[in-house]
Amino acid sequence: MPFNLLVLACVTYVAFLFLVAFVVERKAARGAARWLRSPVVYTLSLSIYCTAWTFYGAVGYAARSGLEFLTIYLGPTLVFIGWWWILRKLVHIGRQQRVTSIADMISSRYGKSNLLGVIVTVICVFAATPYIALQLQSVTLSFGVFAAAGTYGWAMPDTNSTALWVAAGLTLFTILFGTRNLDANEQHTGVVTAIAVEAVVKLLALLAVGIFVVWFVASGPADIVARIHASSISDWELVPSRWAGFTLLSGAAVITLPRMFQVLVVENSDERHLATASWAFPLYLLAMSLFVVPIAVVGLEVMPTGANPDLFVLTLPLSQGQGALAMLAFLGGFSSATSMVIVASIALATMVSNHVVMPLWLSLRPAQSVSGDVRRLVLLSRRLSIAGVLGLGYLYYSLSGGSSALAAIGLISFVGVAQMLPAMLGGIFWRGATRNGAIWGLGIGFAVWVYALFLPSFGPGAALPIDVFMQGPFGLDWLRPYALFGVQGMDPMIHALFWSLTLNTTAFTLGSLFSFPGPVERVQGLAFVNVFDTERAEPQGWVQGRAEPEALLVMAQRILGDEAALAFFEAQAQAQGKAGYLPDPVPEFLDALERRLASSVGAATAHAMITELAGRARVTVADLMRMAGETAQIMEYSSQLESQREELTRTARQLRDANEKLTQLSVQKDAFLSQISHELRTPMTSIRAFSEIMMEGDMPPEMAANYARIINEEAIRLTRLLDDLLDLGVLENGTVQLNLKLANLSELIERSLRAASHTRPERSFTIQRDLPAEQIFLRTDPDRLCQVLINLISNARKYCDSAQPELRLVVRQRGARVIIDVIDNGTGIPRDKQSLIFEKFARLTDQMRAGGAGLGLAICREIMVNLGGSVSYLPGQGGAAFRVTLPLRLEKSPHERAA
Amino acid sequence: MKRRSPVFLARRSYRLRRIRDAARLLPVAGGFLFLLPVLWAPAASESRDTAPDGIYLFGVWLLLIGAAALLSRPLVKDSEDAPASAEERG
Repeated sequence: MPFNLLVLACVTYVAFLFLVAFVVERKAARGAARWLRSPVVYTLSLSIYCTAWTFYGAVGYAARSGLEFLTIYLGPTLVFIGWWWILRKLVHIGRQQRVTSIADMISSRYGKSNLLGVIVTVICVFAATPYIALQLQSVTLSFGVFAAAGTYGWAMPDTNSTALWVAAGLTLFTILFGTRNLDANEQHTGVVTAIAVEAVVKLLALLAVGIFVVWFVASGPADIVARIHASSISDWELVPSRWAGFTLLSGAAVITLPRMFQVLVVENSDERHLATASWAFPLYLLAMSLFVVPIAVVGLEVMPTGANPDLFVLTLPLSQGQGALAMLAFLGGFSSATSMVIVASIALATMVSNHVVMPLWLSLRPAQSVSGDVRRLVLLSRRLSIAGVLGLGYLYYSLSGGSSALAAIGLISFVGVAQMLPAMLGGIFWRGATRNGAIWGLGIGFAVWVYALFLPSFGPGAALPIDVFMQGPFGLDWLRPYALFGVQGMDPMIHALFWSLTLNTTAFTLGSLFSFPGPVERVQGLAFVNVFDTERAEPQGWVQGRAEPEALLVMAQRILGDEAALAFFEAQAQAQGKAGYLPDPVPEFLDALERRLASSVGAATAHAMITELAGRARVTVADLMRMAGETAQIMEYSSQLESQREELTRTARQLRDANEKLTQLSVQKDAFLSQISHELRTPMTSIRAFSEIMMEGDMPPEMAANYARIINEEAIRLTRLLDDLLDLGVLENGTVQLNLKLANLSELIERSLRAASHTRPERSFTIQRDLPAEQIFLRTDPDRLCQVLINLISNARKYCDSAQPELRLVVRQRGARVIIDVIDNGTGIPRDKQSLIFEKFARLTDQMRAGGAGLGLAICREIMVNLGGSVSYLPGQGGAAFRVTLPLRLEKSPHERAA
Repeated sequence: MKRRSPVFLARRSYRLRRIRDAARLLPVAGGFLFLLPVLWAPAASESRDTAPDGIYLFGVWLLLIGAAALLSRPLVKDSEDAPASAEERG
């Protein structure tokens, strides 16, 4: 097989994956990807458990130690068929707490402690680096197989540069599809679907090779059994400690590996999918391992002695002259390697940016002076982290030279991540587990793993000097890495697993028993352990009233983005029975906001950010009572009462608001009546006076003309006032005739700007527009829309008090609606006045400055209602801002439709 | 028959609770079956039993998958019918 063809196939395959991810992301953005989130895709995405280590390494493992390779799949099988115990709870917690990674989960459980987040992140990075290196190595090796077997005189390609190209390509893919957005609960539909496709490819490839071996090389299952009997594999002896130990280890790894946690918990879109995965994933594992022993047996028989058994999947079809099958096998191996690296680097990058970069940034930046878009910073830090993680993998690969057997590296990684098991299981099943216990357990387990397994894995004399192996450090005999505490003769892997997990669990238990948890920790502990009992969101006792909703909105916008933050605040305000964008800062709202932010930047960071604005969380007596288990019954009753009380409070608040508004309106109405009498009386007086003078006659004609002009002007003023009132009346009654036609929004804005420039023409405004975005054709009443825009722009010209006044016009299309924001850079409108400005006769400043009767915005509002849209005040934009929303195509006036 | 309907309901929820028990016990049984080779393998060191061992393990594996598939159906329906809050106390 020509090497060129191989590269071409590889590139085509990768391009296909890009296309799949791209199309799916597009569909998901339009909300049309329901079927993509099916249990099948979920199960297939879980198959990243089967990396290149499975694909190539399992055969090598079987050739070396018989059936022992099965333990790596039996452990996960037990965990999955026992999903009712652990996985169900884990996924439920993950979705309820909007967990972003395994580090986030552990830090969140133990009082949102960032120290724990950092420890877990470090462990994960340490454990995953060799694993990623292993994947790069397997791809490079499989390239090498083809290059060596080529009959076209291809020299073995420079292995280092192959690995480098693979790493670079993976970085690009991961950055493109893994860091598209922060929100949406950290789910990456495109990536997950691409992973599912790769899962199918690798399964088909391995099955194809297996079927070829069993039915075409050998002559059926019976022949295979006979060959197994004859093979050297049957000399294999089952070592009970390794058999049981590795089953436990792989069972632990399947829930603690960062990449598994990512697809299992974070990317889960429906908890019911887990039920399907509980049997379908073990079935996938079974299918993956079904033909491993036959391939190994036949490979040992057919291939020349000394051939690397790790590559039998590739070399066996090649030696039989099956180029196409070998190519399929190559793509299968390539898929297993790439899918693992993509998900692992996304998971690790999320951890690094949420638990290391963000907290550092929060503590380093000058207090309070947050500026700029935090989202961009988080995304940037994620992208850099992805590049960093893959770079580390590449570095490890090129330093270690990639020589040792594949299986060993995988198991070393497994033991590393298994250190998180006690803290994790303790966290979800034992309320007494504390932060200190978790820190001690993780720290000691990690240290033992590094000392007894990770460093020695580089070989004697490489990372640890040889005398440390022989005599122990400083001549301390009982501290030899392979014989801790004088226990000799154990298998090194089992030795490290045994000591690290034993010491880890002991430290975790003792640390928890002897320390005292903080308040946040206790609340979180309850929420995690009793996750099925506490469906309601538990407000965390934030101190009410300390936080200014507008400041919270500004912060949320920086993290979630303008649109998402405004939508969230609006929904929350609605839930409280308020109109507009600013909900009251009640504990429930702060709690919901914290969770929403946590889904983007992790629980610890979100907690710290809210604490800064809202003051420290306070655990109330009610929280403590809820924690006491015996009072649960009483609490349940009282919580019902409480929810009724909340309902009443909400109604009362609505009534209070309404009453307040009525009172204010009545005051305004009185004020307006005197105002309107005044407005009517002044022109009337002058009209009467001048007409009386004219009635007397006997005056020069130019004087008479002058008086007539004054009378005329005053009459016009009167008419205008009456016109406005009439207009408002017509709009409110809905008897207005709309003149619907197609209009270009850009031209409308142009027209409005020109018309509004007559207002205070002495002020020069800097006007920011986005002309391409304005090229929208609307079907509406253009004159009425212009009237609204002119009013908003003139208002900005009148009231914007900035020295360098600026006016921003932002146009966006959201589905079938168009949004126009008119934003200036003045001081804006104070919060207590925001609900009033759209009322009739409302005027904030004195009447002279306004020069109108205070009907402008009221008319605007009525016009927009007639146009099927709305106009509202938009807080938190650094000035007065109004948002006009209207439908792209207005078919009939709303009143006609209603009729 | 009408008079029996409350009994039937109680039986149904009783059955569901036992299905949950079965789902909890399944991995325990699986662990036991997977560890069985430890008991016989080292003793019979000279007999070459890799193939039968393999067939036994794959058989158990398939059995467990089938059992999990059977159990997962009523369990999903259960969690759809009733909010999960009630079941932990059951």
